[in-house]
Amino acid sequence: MKKLLWPGITAVLLLAYPLVFTTPFQQRLGALVLLYAIAASAWNIVGGYAGQISVGHVVFFGCGAYASLALFTHTGLPPVLGMPLGIAAAVGIAAIIGTPTLRLSGHYFSMATIAVAELARLVTTNTEFLGAAVGLSGPTVPRTWLDLSFISSVPYYYLFLAVLVITLGITWWMERSRIGFYLRAIRDSEKAARSLGARAPRVKLIAYLLSAGLTSVAGSLYALMFQFVDPESGLGILISVKMLIMAALGGAGLLFGPLVGAAILVPLEEISNSLLGGRGAGLTFVLYGAIIVLIARFRPDGILGLFQSARKAPEKHDA
Amino acid sequence: MSATLVQVIVGGLLLGAIYALFSSGLTLIWGMMNVVNFAHGDFVMVAMYIAYVVYVLLGGGPLASVPIAAVSLATIGILAYFLLVRHVMRGPMIAQILGTFGLALLLRYSMFGAAGANFLSLPDNLVGGTYEIFGIRLQASRVVAGIVALLVTAGLHLLLTRTSLGSKMLAVSEDATAAQLMGIRPDYMQAIAWGIAAGATGIAGALIATFFYISPTVGETLAIIAFVTVALGGFGSVPGALVAGLLIGLIESLSAYWIGGVWKDVVVYILFIFVLWFRPQGLMGKS
Repeated sequence: MKKLLWPGITAVLLLAYPLVFTTPFQQRLGALVLLYAIAASAWNIVGGYAGQISVGHVVFFGCGAYASLALFTHTGLPPVLGMPLGIAAAVGIAAIIGTPTLRLSGHYFSMATIAVAELARLVTTNTEFLGAAVGLSGPTVPRTWLDLSFISSVPYYYLFLAVLVITLGITWWMERSRIGFYLRAIRDSEKAARSLGARAPRVKLIAYLLSAGLTSVAGSLYALMFQFVDPESGLGILISVKMLIMAALGGAGLLFGPLVGAAILVPLEEISNSLLGGRGAGLTFVLYGAIIVLIARFRPDGILGLFQSARKAPEKHDA
Repeated sequence: MSATLVQVIVGGLLLGAIYALFSSGLTLIWGMMNVVNFAHGDFVMVAMYIAYVVYVLLGGGPLASVPIAAVSLATIGILAYFLLVRHVMRGPMIAQILGTFGLALLLRYSMFGAAGANFLSLPDNLVGGTYEIFGIRLQASRVVAGIVALLVTAGLHLLLTRTSLGSKMLAVSEDATAAQLMGIRPDYMQAIAWGIAAGATGIAGALIATFFYISPTVGETLAIIAFVTVALGGFGSVPGALVAGLLIGLIESLSAYWIGGVWKDVVVYILFIFVLWFRPQGLMGKS
């Protein structure tokens, strides 16, 4: 039962948050934390568990956001129905990037992810169908409940919480399955894992496809809440940065790492933006850059890693 | 062949020479230490701003800015090695990639704070105006930059293959422990490699600044071009980077001419995906 203590406390806190903090700013903040926690948890599957660092994960986020709003713009159907389209696009793109690169050293994968994200941003910026540089909007006035358009952030909060629970559930299941076992072996030593019969590229690819699909769901949820996406908010490199920094700060490869990272960084960014205005955005990312460098230099296993290594001897990594 | 097409081809090759120069720095580090510097494009960006500052403060052209940028960037490279890279190299993959990626963000957004988001450029006639040879019009700045870049890349290749310093660096990249037993200090050699790679990047940045827009985010585009060049050329190969750089300059130029300026990067990025699928070892890499 002791193992369920912390997840239990976290669950109660998360369920009670909107009832305790009742101002619109606080409730919106809570919803944003959960939204980014979903995206960062999805990143964690490939970045943390498989140890393949995607620096262009925003392309999958963009798939979800654009699929939802493009479907609404061109057919009038509720944006939420775009979610499966977004997942399909994300998984397809992930297969195109992952199939060749996951056979090579991890650097190729990282370079390919950043190039594909930039490619997607450039193509979208020049494609009228996807709103070009102007972007796409959702149904600002809800027509039916299916539009999932609310003024309050509380319905989004609980919707995101449900999706986060599903995402973490999938991650937890994967962690305990044969795939999770192989992934840990590959991350520690790919050569050794291969010699024991793990088909490394295929296992990594499965993790990548799963991660891409879930990231796309986060993109669709973003589109539902904000009802707007443009190349910067849906495909900008900074979204990729947020996903990886949240997972890495909290603890990459740990189930609750991304949630912890999101709970620290999202309020930090929102508060600095509201205090400093537009100037704050640039400053936030100087700070993000510094945090990423410091994590890499001193604590590659993040905050939760501190508690882990306190309990057991630190793992040895081979480069 | 029309004169315009010849002009496009020559222009592309000259631009490609600069791509080759700054990609050589990336491929040198990668081949030697198996580390990809994700801040590489932002090193070029910093060098471009240095060229701008030299022009504004000293009124100097490339004759002043190229050496200043080379020395400043070499210093930044060596500092980056000792303060960051040396430590993250021994860590897990995530530390290696996040380390230089974080450095890239730090440089990019510090520059936003320091210089603003506006696009800057050096005056067109800073280097001798425009020439007309056989009906082809060429900007002097591009010709000078292209030729200097070719010479520096060739020099870099000779340094690596024909000098004792180059042999020592090769020894470290082959087997650091064995090199150490021969009395070569691996961390010195690696620091020197970072100095040389970043210095070459500094030269490339100061050269490209004479005809390219300068902005804090220009490094992202340039970094991806360097990735494509290195992947196409073959990892660790300076001659490979040279051929690939020229080829990519040419492809960009021709695609800008035939299908429009906004699509030139798209074509290059798609080429990258093709290389990864069909020739991941690159043109000159070992498979």
